[in-house]
Amino acid sequence: MLRREPRSVLSAEAVGPYTLLRVDRGTIEPGEPGQFFMLEAPRRVLPRPMSLCLAPRGELAFLIDSIGPGTRALCALEAGDRIGILGPLGNGFRLDVERPLLVGGGIGIAPLPYLSERLGGPPAVVGFRSAWHAEAAVLVPNAEVVIEPTYVTEAIPAGHDVLACGPEPMLEAVRRLAPHAQLAWEAPMACGYGACYGCVVELEGRLERLCVKGPVLAAA
Amino acid sequence: MRLLNASGCLDALAAPEVARTLDVFVTKTVTPLSREGNAPVRIAETEVGMLNAIGLANPGVEAFVADHLPRLAELGVPLWVSVGGFAVEDYVAVAEELDRHEIEALELNLSCPNVDEVPENVGEVVAAVREVTAKPLYAKLSAAVADLAATARAAEAAGADGLSLVNTVRGLALDERTLLPVLARGAGGLSGPALRPVALAAVYTCFRETRLPLVGMGGVATGRHALELLAAGATDVAVGTALFADPGAAARIRSELEAESAALGFVNVDNAVGAAHADGPATLDQRSRVLAEKALHFGLNKAG
Repeated sequence: MLRREPRSVLSAEAVGPYTLLRVDRGTIEPGEPGQFFMLEAPRRVLPRPMSLCLAPRGELAFLIDSIGPGTRALCALEAGDRIGILGPLGNGFRLDVERPLLVGGGIGIAPLPYLSERLGGPPAVVGFRSAWHAEAAVLVPNAEVVIEPTYVTEAIPAGHDVLACGPEPMLEAVRRLAPHAQLAWEAPMACGYGACYGCVVELEGRLERLCVKGPVLAAA
Repeated sequence: MRLLNASGCLDALAAPEVARTLDVFVTKTVTPLSREGNAPVRIAETEVGMLNAIGLANPGVEAFVADHLPRLAELGVPLWVSVGGFAVEDYVAVAEELDRHEIEALELNLSCPNVDEVPENVGEVVAAVREVTAKPLYAKLSAAVADLAATARAAEAAGADGLSLVNTVRGLALDERTLLPVLARGAGGLSGPALRPVALAAVYTCFRETRLPLVGMGGVATGRHALELLAAGATDVAVGTALFADPGAAARIRSELEAESAALGFVNVDNAVGAAHADGPATLDQRSRVLAEKALHFGLNKAG
């Protein structure tokens, strides 16, 4: 049932420049790695889409980069605050892969911790723009870390099933290296459940809603 | 009082359980040919609402009728189809095709700010569509027209069966870092909280200027907002932007509305229609008191 559920914030802790927001799960299903939730942003008109980062027992955790009024408000939440949560939404990663390799860039590492757990801690390559940003790498098990001017694409071994999330240029570069990679895209979203037609991306020459067709897309 | 979604604010096929919380589902606008809509980014948030520049993305009337309509019929929710176009002929072509199908009403989108061409005048479109269908026709108007009262009267004279008030109004948002427009297209349609007083004024005006039933919409997020639109003269209420943040908004608003109207002494929600047009505050208080007393006499001091 598509219902926004009020939940209590457990904590909002800094991880490098990002914030790990932990929320009491209640009866909400965590869903599959790569799926996302719409988080009510305090004092804003619209919620914000966030991949599920971790699903510890009784909790849902989201890694958030404070880049605008909604994410700033989410990062400023405190234990005991209540916010509405809608999800899980979208399509997650396919887990039936033989040799997984997780690839993440910046805040794009957000879905990787939960993905890693579900895959049993496969190798991962994560890249960041600075050492401070790279403090978040601690969330991803078994991760090789690169920092700009070194990029993740320089550290991806061949012959793996790549599951990636990060900035668009990174995803484009990964797709060139690994044509069958599963890529988790993002787009501005108002609703997250197919109602607003705002989150379209170009897919095989047509505009498709990312929340309905993705956010994880297998490269053509 | 029936609760509808605002056109363009729900895909019943993507979220059928949300559609089933409504008394009527209103489709996204259908045009003669398929449209992809505008390039992204086509939504933006503001402090007082949101902007959209979706651009009438839709599969076109042929694919709508072949693929969407049969599935929409299975939902068991009465259906209104929003009809759009860029010339009178477009509206007529779509209406003519839809006339053959099981649709409760057509809502003419005469006021979308997100497309480059502007439809010809409202009266002309309504009159032309009137010729090709006997289905109930609602004209959806923008509050941003030069003379809403005259436009409403023209729609009525041309044969409209009702008015939907209001569509979005043109707005712009700038990115906080670059100061460039957030929307790829530049401006878009503003919806949400900022529209509430605008919608109220439009409904209030059209209630006085026409005898048409009105669907009121514009930033409805609570039962109180819905009650105010009824008081201004709407018979029905539509919920749009609020559904994005809260897919349960319709069910919640319905129950809040019942509680709010009962608390003011209305025995039933429909009795609130037009309450804003009472002769003055004293009359309204007196009316509420009389109603409240009657409610007590009949043991009806709770909603429902």
